Order: sequence, then structure tokens, then C-alpha cells
Amino acid sequence: MIYLAMPEWPVGLVHSAPTVCDHEQEGKAGLPGSACPAAPARGRQAREGTTAMRMPLLALLAKEPAHGYELKAQLEQIFGEAYPSPNIGQIYVTLQRLERDGLVRSEDVVQATRPNKKVYGLTEAGREELLQWMDRPSEGPRVRDDFFMKLVLSQLAETSDRLGLINRQRRHYLGQMRSLSMLAEASDRRIPRLLIEGAMLHLQADLDWLQRCQEELV
Amino acid sequence: MISGGDRLLLRASKLTKTFRGDGTAVHAVRGVDLALRPGEFVAVTGPSGSGKSTLLHMLGGLEPPTSGQIWLAGQRVDGLSQARWAVLRRRHIGFVFQFFNLVSNMTVADNVELAALMGGASRKQARARRVELLADLGLTAKADAAPVRLSGGEQQRVAMARALANRPSLLLADEPTGNLDSAASQAVLRLLRRAHADGQAILLVTHDARVASAADRVVSLFDGMVMDDAAVGQSARPAPLPSVLKLRG
Repeated sequence: MIYLAMPEWPVGLVHSAPTVCDHEQEGKAGLPGSACPAAPARGRQAREGTTAMRMPLLALLAKEPAHGYELKAQLEQIFGEAYPSPNIGQIYVTLQRLERDGLVRSEDVVQATRPNKKVYGLTEAGREELLQWMDRPSEGPRVRDDFFMKLVLSQLAETSDRLGLINRQRRHYLGQMRSLSMLAEASDRRIPRLLIEGAMLHLQADLDWLQRCQEELV
Repeated sequence: MISGGDRLLLRASKLTKTFRGDGTAVHAVRGVDLALRPGEFVAVTGPSGSGKSTLLHMLGGLEPPTSGQIWLAGQRVDGLSQARWAVLRRRHIGFVFQFFNLVSNMTVADNVELAALMGGASRKQARARRVELLADLGLTAKADAAPVRLSGGEQQRVAMARALANRPSLLLADEPTGNLDSAASQAVLRLLRRAHADGQAILLVTHDARVASAADRVVSLFDGMVMDDAAVGQSARPAPLPSVLKLRG
């Protein structure tokens, strides 16, 4: 199965650069102190994963109160094959943090034959937070680019030639494009398909830009 | 170097094209080697001005090379006269262009049938082929329409039907989605994929990475030279450096 974005829930629903998830891949390190969304540290990634899940959870709870598993099922239902299935642990950790911040409130519901379940509902502060997020324009696609760093620095470090780097990167992008294209073809649901289409348009831009790098630097 | 010459559908060696005009020379293609096996789908990409359309035109006999050799199914074709090329194209090559190039004063059906007739089919066979292709491409309802009454996407599908009407050994396409919106491009891409799955050999020039990524191999052209020629893999793990750096052209 191929997913957009990271193994954990994507960092920011829209503005993280969509890439096909590759579990073997090492952390794509940004420059020290950079705002690179794919930070190498596992802890940071997990934290940002839960940050990214805050708004979707608030949005779902704005409709009606729900418990953790219901929220997980709803997220899967909405985003489908374009995103990895959210981890239930991540959902509960996020809900706890939202409650700590006063954005949701939980209530124990007694069940006859099973343990009590916690049902979460949105608070006024939570609704306000959600509205503010909705009203804010989102960041565009990333400007920092790990590949560009390699391309520029390879000359200094004399590690590899630029044409080789560009060719390798192009093959990589084309492989991703092929995977996404097949994913799009297999998807008959509108929302996942739109996400995939967006990722493909970004990839096309990446490839066009690679061509510009080749024209200017090789 | 390209080996196994006998079993290749198309082979080009050291192909060049230089355009000369009032004292200046433009070296559009500068020594390209290229090979295509039967049933293979190869995409040529590169910036505008990289020579990709010129290359395709030479391979389809629309433009004579300045130097170099071309073999089609083992037969040397680079020195053929225009008339001989025309016969070869009618029988063995299908062409799809960016701007469709349909015959405007003929119906959709006649555009497709004519190509089959010129490819050597009988009137009855041509008719059957036309019916089959238009049904296949979802264009049966448009059979009697004039091409100008169709959307760009529909016109390109008719052009695909026309190109496939003579059951060509080789389908050549020059930016087939270059003038189409995203949805129409997808429809054309789906047709290309299907033709390829049925064993159709395809060589196309494209700027559309989605189209290119459907190919078995992608050739990157830059400044009239091949910079890379690689299979499109599912696994995008980078290969070890030495093999990546092995360049052609």
C-alpha cells in the first residue's frame, strides 16, 4: 500500500510536501534549526503527528460527540486510501492534550456489559480554535528542499556529479508519479482522488523545477 | 551501444539533425542512440528546444536526419524517399499529434475508416475496425459528427482511433496531452495504457510526467542529447552511484 505523506499522520493536512511514504527511508534532515516538516527525530515526528491531528479531531467533534474508535473510523472513511490509517494511540494522546488545553471535554459513559467508554465533545474554546484555523490561509508548498541542498553542496564536497544527482532524483520522482497514478486509477472516491491528484501536480512541478536546475547548473 | 539489432522494432544510431538558415546552424539533435523492442512503451522527455519533437519526426520519417541511421523492424529506413516513407507509415506506423490533425471536412467515422483503408484494409474490414475502435474509445455516438463539433479530449481520442486503425507496429505520439485539460489527459493516458497492455509498441514525446511515468522506460533529452535512459520502477530506492552515473549519448 502506498500512502501520501509520512508513516504517522501527515504534518499539516495540506502544506506538507506530499511524498510517497517509504518506511525504510531515513529521516530527511533539514538544515539545523530549519522548519523542515520531516524532522529526523522520531519524538518530534510523533509530536507533530498529533499536532496535525488536532484540527481534524476538533472538526469531527464539532459535528457530534464521539469516542476514540469512532473518530478513527470516521477519519479513515473520509480520507480513504490517500492517508495512512491513524493510529488509535495517537488519537487518544491527542484527545488527552486537547482536553488538557480545554478544547474538548470528556464524559464517562457507563456500558452494561463492557468497561466505561469516554465520549468526547467540543468546548466553546475548541470551537473557537477550529474556526480560527479554518479562517487562516494555509502555507504554500515547502520552499526548503533537501535535494536542492545536495545539488548545491555536491560541488563543494565533490561527492557526486550534478547530472547524476538530477537523473537519480528524476527517476525517483517518476517512480513516485507512477505509483500515485496507479493509486489514482484504483481510487473511485472523490476525496482521496483529489488528494492524490494534488500530490501529482506537486510532483510535476518538482520535475519541471528539476529541469530548470539542469538548465542552470549542469 | 545497442545490441540485439534483429529483435528490435526500432533502432536509431548516432542520429543528428541540424537546421541551417541564413548563416546560422541549429543543432537540434546531436547524436542520439535509441532502441525500442516490440511491445515496449518508451517516453522521451525534456525541456522545449531539447530536440524531442525533431527526434520523433525523424523516427516517423516526417523529417530526414542530417546523419545517422534508423532501422524499423530490421530494415534500414533513414534514406527512404518521402513516397516510400508514406507507404511505410500508412502500413506500419500510427501518429498522434498535439493538435489532433483530423481531416476537418470528414466525419469522425470517415477519419478513422480512411486510415484503415490506406493501411490496406478492405472497405468492409475498415468499417468493422472503425466501429470497433469508436466503441472502444466511447465515441460511437459521435461517429457522424464533424471533428470541430467535438471537445479537444474527444478529438484526441478520435486521433488515437485513427492512429490505431491500421494496427500499426509502432505508435508515435507527439505531446498527445499537451493541449488537453487534466480530465481529458487522463482519458488519453488510459487509452495509451490499454493499447500498451494489448501489446502496442509506443514511442511518445511528452512534457506530462504522469504520461511519461506510464512508460516502461523514460529517455531524458537535453540539448539534443540523451542524458538518461532508465526503466521506470515502482521501487524508487536510488541505485548505487556507479550505475546511476553511467550515462549515455
